[in-house]
Formats: sequence, structure tokens, C-alpha cells
Amino acid sequence: MNLLTVVLALPLASFLIALLLPRSSPQASRMWALVSSVATFAASLGLLAWFDRGFAGEQFLLDVPWVTSPNIHFAISANGISLWLVILSTLLTPLCVLISWNSIQARVKEFFAFLLLLEFGLVGVFIAQDLFLFFVFWEFSLVPMYFLIGIWGHERRIYAAVKFFLYTMAGSMLMLTAIIYLYNRTGTFSYPAILDMLLSGQLRLAPVEQMLLFLAFFVAFAIKVPLFPLHTWLPDAHVEAPTAGSVMLASVMLKMGCYGILHFCLPLFPAASRTCAPWIVVLAIIGIIYGALVAMVQPNMKKLVAYSSVSHLGFVVLGIFTFTQMGLDGAVYQMLNHGISTGALFIGVGLLYDRRHSLEIKDYGGVATAAPWLSTMFMITMLASIGLPVLNNFVGEFLVLQGTAVANYTWTVYASIGVILSACYMLWMYQRVFFGELGPEVRSHMPDMKLREWAAVVPLIVMMFWMGVYSQSFLPPVGKVNARVLGQTQVNVPFRVELAPVKRAEVARAR
Amino acid sequence: MNFLDLIWLIPLFPLCGAALMLLVGRKLDPQPPSDVAVAPGVEPIYEHGHDHEHVPGQGHSHDHPHDDHGHTHDHGHVHHHHSPLKFLVSLICPGMVLLSFIFSAGAVWQLSQLPHRVHQVIQFTWLAGLPFHMANGQLATFTADWGFLLDPLSSVMILVVTGIGFLIHVYSTGYMAHDNGYYRFFGYLNLFVFFMLMLVLANNYLLLFVGWEGVGLCSYLLIGFYFHKKSAGDAGKKAFIVNRVGDAGFVLGMLLMMSVLGTVRFTDVNAVLRSGHYTPEVAGFGVLSVMSVLMFFGATGKSAQFPLYVWLPDAMEGPTPVSALIHAATMVTAGVYMVARSSALFQLTPHTSSIVAAVGAFTAILAASIALVQNDIKRVLAYSTVSQLGYMFLALGVGAYWVAIFHLFTHAFFKALLFLGSGSVIHAMSGEQDMRRMGGLKNKIPITHWTMFVGSVAIAGIPGLAGFFSKDEILWQAYSSPQGSQALWAVGLVTAGMTAFYMWRLMNMTFYGKSRVTKEVESHIHESPVSMTGPLTVLAIGSVLAGWLGVPKLWTLFGEGWRSFESWLAPAFASAAVEASKEGAHDASTEWILMGVSVAIAIIGITVARYFYHHKPEIPDSLEKSLKPLHGLLYNKWYVDEVYDFLFVNGLCKGGGLALGAFDRNVVDGGVNGAGWLTRFTSRISMWWDKWIIDGAVRFSSFLVKMLSYPVCILQTGRVQAYAFFILVGAMAFLGYYVAR
Repeated sequence: MNLLTVVLALPLASFLIALLLPRSSPQASRMWALVSSVATFAASLGLLAWFDRGFAGEQFLLDVPWVTSPNIHFAISANGISLWLVILSTLLTPLCVLISWNSIQARVKEFFAFLLLLEFGLVGVFIAQDLFLFFVFWEFSLVPMYFLIGIWGHERRIYAAVKFFLYTMAGSMLMLTAIIYLYNRTGTFSYPAILDMLLSGQLRLAPVEQMLLFLAFFVAFAIKVPLFPLHTWLPDAHVEAPTAGSVMLASVMLKMGCYGILHFCLPLFPAASRTCAPWIVVLAIIGIIYGALVAMVQPNMKKLVAYSSVSHLGFVVLGIFTFTQMGLDGAVYQMLNHGISTGALFIGVGLLYDRRHSLEIKDYGGVATAAPWLSTMFMITMLASIGLPVLNNFVGEFLVLQGTAVANYTWTVYASIGVILSACYMLWMYQRVFFGELGPEVRSHMPDMKLREWAAVVPLIVMMFWMGVYSQSFLPPVGKVNARVLGQTQVNVPFRVELAPVKRAEVARAR
Repeated sequence: MNFLDLIWLIPLFPLCGAALMLLVGRKLDPQPPSDVAVAPGVEPIYEHGHDHEHVPGQGHSHDHPHDDHGHTHDHGHVHHHHSPLKFLVSLICPGMVLLSFIFSAGAVWQLSQLPHRVHQVIQFTWLAGLPFHMANGQLATFTADWGFLLDPLSSVMILVVTGIGFLIHVYSTGYMAHDNGYYRFFGYLNLFVFFMLMLVLANNYLLLFVGWEGVGLCSYLLIGFYFHKKSAGDAGKKAFIVNRVGDAGFVLGMLLMMSVLGTVRFTDVNAVLRSGHYTPEVAGFGVLSVMSVLMFFGATGKSAQFPLYVWLPDAMEGPTPVSALIHAATMVTAGVYMVARSSALFQLTPHTSSIVAAVGAFTAILAASIALVQNDIKRVLAYSTVSQLGYMFLALGVGAYWVAIFHLFTHAFFKALLFLGSGSVIHAMSGEQDMRRMGGLKNKIPITHWTMFVGSVAIAGIPGLAGFFSKDEILWQAYSSPQGSQALWAVGLVTAGMTAFYMWRLMNMTFYGKSRVTKEVESHIHESPVSMTGPLTVLAIGSVLAGWLGVPKLWTLFGEGWRSFESWLAPAFASAAVEASKEGAHDASTEWILMGVSVAIAIIGITVARYFYHHKPEIPDSLEKSLKPLHGLLYNKWYVDEVYDFLFVNGLCKGGGLALGAFDRNVVDGGVNGAGWLTRFTSRISMWWDKWIIDGAVRFSSFLVKMLSYPVCILQTGRVQAYAFFILVGAMAFLGYYVAR
């Protein structure tokens, strides 16, 4: 039992207690969700305080047998990357509670219970070190999100929820097959143990074997990222989901895929990763440009932001597959940045929806006159999203581009087109929504920010500036892990997995 | 006080002002409850806030002229009838810029005492310690700090930014006094000054880029200041996006620089490039040339050069002080500054330098030609700015870096003056900007007239005023420099003639001749308050004197002290050797002749304009009729905007977006839905199979059994007598069988 276990257990316990609350008093459910999620966040900050920033390996290890046959362990730990992702999840949950405070009026108790359950699943994904446990959390996190979309969504919610579920499921089945295959080869689900076997030469995967396993894992992750052309579940899920669902989906759930690629695909299948890298990079670059162009013409704000996510996450994948320190660091930073800024964008869209009850851009105009602070908040968020320096996204984007430039300059040229286009679609949307003449419908429905809404937005704005100006608070632990991952992928690029003896000690220590 | 180590404070002052305004400004300057857009279609905030209903307020401030004189700076209690705290806004924001100016002046003075005139302050590391392999395989570390560099080049820039910036802030306290969002305007303006100072004080390209994007943002916000107007929103967006295109080039250049040179810190880059390891890329387009072309592309965005100049004329949608500060004196010169800052790189890439010179010359004449026929007073000045920036790039392209900065310096004075003067005219005219409805304003607004007169003389290139010195030096360098040519000189010369013409056209249409002002507007014409005429006067004095820092070498009457601008900048460009090598290539008589020609063409331009628009106003009309196609071409700005709209905005972005959107829905998602449909189809078939074949077989077999059992069923009657009878029959049958056998 360590602090990490507490961070994982708190949302589950909160969920169980939330179930016991009386349905007749929705206020109790709201308060409980807020209090407990803030407590979880506080606990995760404790994690940050106890984290050893100088150490690249896994920390807060916990490993207890769960099932004896097959040999499944309850093994969790955090490293410099998953730590931030856990904190991102625990930060966004209370904010989601705040923005759902009044906008959710039906089945309030269940809504907040599912939100807490979702947090549990997400935290679990980022810290599970047993492949089977990871798979359990991976699938588990789908369930609350499925209900959040399917019950509290908009008109086509059932279609979107089913599509979301099945799409992800299809990928996960491949991953499950691969996990079971690995278990058959190694006799263990323990990720560090399998890595060790690979590095010590105990486990040798034939090229075809490695390639198939890599693809099985990668497709599951790529669907979640989502990588072009596997992205079409995303716009539907976002448009139909309630605000909190969109926020959690964009900010945290998409990161599961990126994290998976970085944490599992690269170290387990270094040669296959490197072989596939050019193809994946092409898809990522297509995604960057394609997502931006499609976002440009969307009449629906949430759809626009959803396609912008496709574009932004293309940068993450691009960064990862440059196999450079800067690219990887930038990719991870971009994951966090996207969590902050797109989360804030969805919150902003949600605030507009709460007032005007429409997601269509054409129903707005002149909001800046009626609600100047809301417009200011949205402006800062938008600027962060298009990568203005001093705000967070710029640092990530620049590092990714720099990494790409070092790896292959031509890729950079194409990727930079996405940077131009992001300004086009965002500014165009901003102009149509916030500038211009104030129509009567908008004027009568557009009060400015309330205290509760401020509380949901300010933390994110602060993070945008902090991460943009002083990235040294965040990047060093990330860089350490990435250096280790890079070291693991350095193993023999020719298609044969063999030991790089230097790395053995480090990984052993990491366990 | 050691100002040199405090240079990080220089940008911090305006940042504090901006933060204060944007966070609590609303409290200082509460907005009227019926804020804006009371009813659709009624324009609530007037561009200049001096429309008829505001005139009493204006009169009010005239009733208390002592208010203006009671303060050292005339931003003061003039408008206290709006809000008791509003004067704080007009005190804090210009005051912050003044503080920056004082600190800048102190730092520059102390810099001049240093032997090498370079001072670097590094605050902290922004991005650090990321190892990578450079293009040559060497291991390098990616580092970017928050650091500041004061050298002769940045010292000129900070003085211009804070000095001119302060004057324009003061002017704005008068100009914007009646606008809603007074605090917001000053917040943005201070924020702009902050980013601009970051841009010019940064010690590396990445931090320069922070300022670069930041000023772009402020420009966007200020162009769209009257955001309820669609044209303002459009113009702001256009400015941002066109700049973004250039920025992509800049970023790509920076990335390449990092990959090839392993650093982006100015001092290190210069040291590497000047180490002798790299030789000028004379033979062809090498990696350094690619790098410099990309950087120059970035500069064409910010500094409004062809092909990315289209945003600047539209940017005039912003309030006039913004046009003066951002879109004339400071921000648009950032590209010039950046290229000058990269002089070490451009000196090694002669091919790029030729491109820079050609683009500069082309832009100069293109914009000047458009300015000839525009009727909006601010648009004339906007195209004039584009044209003058072209001159600066021409100078950069022929390797005369100090001359470019010199022209930047003098231009800041007279162009700020002209814009502020035009603002004062517009203010007097209750918001009218069309010169066809002006005329004869000379005696009604005398201070504005005389100061603008000085500005026009200065830009036209009449000897003795600032514009002459810098422009003539550019023309001379374009002619005499090794990279220059007679063609470049000729283009520059024609542009000079055009400049003189359109400026005098503007002066004549505005101030002289018969009044074409409507009755309604005429009754309100008034000279601007001291807060506006004061800065105009100061700038007019500057427009006369600024040029005397760079007197031509030819004027041997004046000693070296009159040429201090060049010697001050020399260390920044390491150009002493270059300069020395080309002296003597042309003799003094040539230079005298060229100077005479350029002065003559300026005078011709002025005279023709005077003749056309004062003595014979019918000539322009008849010319317009007889040269209709040409006039149409110029008036419609060579249709560049239309071409861009067709190709990029509608074609590439919207068209591509719509096409891909349809592709996404129908093909990509169609595939998914198709897979779903296929699954359902398969399951239907399976169901059919299941129901009719599998289950059918089962049911058929049961049916068969049932059928077969039917005869048996007949026997199962349940009657004992029948069974007894069957048994009897059976027994008899058996018996019969045995017996018969």
C-alpha cells in the first residue's frame, strides 16, 4: 500500500460511496463528487512531492498477486510520464464536476458516479504494469464513458456511444490477442519482466512475430489516439457527449493511446517501431493537415475542436516516431498541453452551450460584447491551442518540429502547414462566435462567467501560462524517461532484437 | 544605477501596465450599462468616438483648458467627467512606457561607455539540455534561454519603440478619450510595447519569436478593436493568418538553423558564421541560403513585403494610433530588424541577398503605384508604409544594413507623425477618412497642417529633413554597392518620385484648395487637444533632426560626428571591412549627380501633384477617364487580394476543407459505417441461415419424426378394447404365420 495505490483507490471508493447517496438529493452527489475528486487531486499532488525527479525508472511500485493461474499480478507504478498523466486526470475530474454542476439535471447521482468511475479507470491505465491489468483498465475505462455519452448525450448519442465503444473494442481485441501471445511465450503478464527478458536475450521475437505483435498493439493505440484514418469515431463521440464527457475524452482518454505507444510499443518492439516509423509519420502528417482542413469547414463548434484534436495529436505521433529526444519530449509535452488547452476549449464550448443551447457556430455572434470575460478566457485558450509562444502548446509543438527537423527536414515542412491552418480555423471560428454584431437571442442568453465557472477555468489558464513560460518545471522527469525509452529502442535497428548490455542495470533498478 | 543589468526591467514595465489594465481596468473605467449594440444595425461605438453626440463632451474639455496645462504631461484630468479613476489609466499606461524609455536611455548611455558595446543578461533557461545530432553528426544541446541582449542594433530599436511609443500613448489619451474600452485599448497597447521590447531585446531567435508572435497577437487584437464591425474582425484575422504564413517560414528557418548550427543564440550564431568555417555560398543555393530565404520569408510577413503585404492596408481598420505605432513605426519594422540581426547569415548568402533586394524594390514600387490613386487618407499612408519598408529591404539586400536601420529610424518619426496627423484630421472631420470629402482644412486645424507638412516634406526627400538623408543613402547604396545595380537604383528613384507625388496629392486633397466638406461635418471641425498636438509637434521636430545623425560622406563640411549613426552600428554588423572595400569604387561626382537627380525627382513629384490637385483639379479626372484600365488596376490594388482569395482562401482552405470534409464523411467514415453495415448484413444472412437452414433442418427433422409418428399415433387411442383387439389381431397374425409356414 503506497501513495499511488491511494490515488488509484480514492476514485473507486468515492464511486462506491456516491452510489450510496440518496437519489432525492442531487446536491449531495455534486458536493461529494467535488470533495472527493479534489481530495484525489490533492493526493496526486502528494505523489508529485514524493516523486524522485532524479530517477528515470518506475517509482511507487506495488506488486501483489491477483490471480494465480494464469499468473496475473496487481502491479502498478509511475514514472516521469505517467505521473503527469495521472495528475492531468485528477486535475480535470474536479473541473468536470464543476462545469456539470447545473448543466446535468437528469440522473445527477449516476452521472457523477460514472465520472468518478471514469477517473478510476483512467488513472489505472496510466499506472498498470501488468499487461493483463492494463488491458482490464483499458477496457474498463470505456464503460463509464459509454454511459456518459449514451445517457447524457445529445440527439444521436446512442449511435455515437455504440460507435465509440465498438471502434475501440475492435482495436483492443487485437491487443488482447497480442498480450495472450506474449504470455504464452513468456509465461508472465508482467511488463517489466517481459522487457527484461527482451533485453537479456531470454526472449527473442522473430521479425514477423515482432511485426505482427507491434501492429496488434499499435492499431489498438492508434484508434485511441486517433491516428488518421482511424479517427472518425472521435467527432461523433465529441459532438454527442456532454461537456464533461468531451473534456475527459479529449484531455485524457486520447492520451491513453499516445501513452500506450510510448510506453509499450517502442520498448517492446523497437525494431518493428523503427521499421514502421516512416509509414506512421506519413499518416501523422496527413492527420495534421487533413484534420486542420476538415476542421476549417465544420459548422459545429465541438466537431471543429474534435478535428483540431486529430490535427494536434498528429504532432504527438509525429514526435514519437522521430526517435529523437526532442521529438519524444515534445510529444509528451504536447500530450499534456493538448489535455489542458483542448479541455479548456471544450469547457468554453460547454459554457456557450449552457447559455445558448446550441453548438452551431451560426447561432452565435457578438458574444464578446455580452460576455467579455468568457470571450477573454476563450481567446487565451484558443491562442494556446494555435501555439502562441508564452502559452503551453508552443513549447510542445516547437520541440516536436525541432525533433522532426533533426530526423528528417522534409517532414517538418509538411507539418508546419498544420501550424498555419490551425490559426485559420480557430480564428475564423472565434470571429464568427465572438465578434460581430450582437443578435437579440445571444444578448438575452449570454451572462458572463460565474464564480463556479471561473473556478473550472482558471486552473487551466494558469497551467497554460506556466507550462508555456517555465517548462523546466515539467520537462526534466519526462526527458529522463524518454532518454530511457530511446535507449531501449536503440537496440539494433536491423531487424533483430538483442541485448544492449548497458541498459540491463537500469531496467533492473527500475523494477 | 546600473541600467545595463536592469534591461530586463524595460519590457517588464509595460507588461505590468498591461496586466493591470486587463485585469482591473474595467473597475477604473466602468463601461456604460448600455454598452454596445443596443439594437442590431445601429453601430454603437463610433470609430473615433467623436460623433455628434460626443461633441458636447469635447466642448467640455475645451471649457477647462487649464486642466491641460496643469500637468506636466497632458494626459490628466481632462476626462474626469467619465469616471473619477479613468485618469489613472491615462497616467499608468503612458507612464510605464516613459519608465521604459528612461531605463532604455540610461542603458544605452552606459552601453556607449563599454568598449565592445555588447551586453547580455540571461535570466533563466527556458528549454534546456536536450541532446541531438546536428546535420554534420556532431552532438549538440538544444538550449534556449530567457535572456536579453543590448547591443547597438537593439539599442536603436528600444529607443524608437519606447520613445515613439510614449508619444503615441500620450496622443491616444486624447484620441481615444471618448471610446468605450479605453482601458482595454491601453492594456493592449502596453502589451504590444512589452512584446515589441521582448522582440528587440531577445538574445536568441526563439525568444525573438516570442515577441514576434506576441506583437502579431496585439496587432490582431488592436486591428479588431472595434470587433463588432465585420470589416475589423476580418482585417484582424487576415493580419494574423498572413503573418502566420510568414511565421511558418521563420520557424522552419530557425529549425534548420538549430539543426545545422546547433544554436539559436545571436552571439553564438554570429560567432559560428563569422568563424571562417563557412564561406559565402556564391556557387549555388546551399543550406545557409535555404535558411536565409526561409527567414526572409518570415520577414516578408511581418514587414508586409510582397507576396505577404496584403494584410497591412486592411490593418487600418484599427484605431489610428495603432496604425501609427504598430503598423508604421515599430512592429512592421520587425522583419527589417530580424534580417539586420541575421546580417552574418545574409552576408554569407549573396543569392538570398539579391532576392531580398529585388523583393524590396518590387514591393516599394508596387505599393507606391497603388498609393497614387487611393482616396482613403489612411490607406495612402498604409501603402506608403509598405513602400518605405520596401526601401529598407532594398538596403538590406545590397548589404547596407546600417542604412536600412537608419531609414527605419527616420521613417519611425515621419510616418508616425503622418499617421497621427491623419488621425487628427479624422478626429476633426468627425470620423471621415475619404479625402474626396476634405479640402481646405489648412487654416481650421493649423497645427495639424504644419506638422503634417513637415512630415510630407521629410518623406518626399527634400534635403535637410530626415527622409532625405536615409533615402538618399539607400539610393546611393543601391547604385554603388557590389550587390547593387542601376536597375535597383532606377526602381528606387521612380518610387521616390511617386512618393513625393502621392504625399502631395494627400496634402492638397486634405488641406488646400476648395473645401468639399459637408455642412454637417464642417460645423464641428476643431483643432485637436494638446494631448494630440503635443506629440505631433515633438515628432515634427524629430522628423527634421533625426536625419542629421547620418549626413552623407560627401558633405565634407560636416565632421565625423554628423555620421555617428553608421559608426554606432558598425560593431553590430561587423561591416567596417565591407564598407571600406567598396569606397572609391565610384567617384564623388557620380554621387553628387545621383543626389541631384533624386532631389529633382522629388521636387517634380511635388510640383506635378500640386498642379494636378490644386491648380487644375480637372486633370486627374480626365486622366482617370482616359486611362481607365490602368486606373482600375491601381485602384483595385492590382487585384492581388482577389487572386489570393480565389487561390488560397476559397480554393485551398475552404475548398480543400469542404472536399476533405465530404471525403471524411463519405469515404473514411463511410468505410466504418460500411463495415458496420456489412457486419449487420452478414448477421442478417446468418440469421436467415440460422432460421431457415440450421433451425430449418432441426425443425424439418422434428417434422419428419412427427410425420413418421403419425400413423403410430392413430393406434394410440387409449381404449383398452382397441388394444385388446390389436393384441388379438397380432397374436392371430403370428399364429397364422407359424401355421402357414
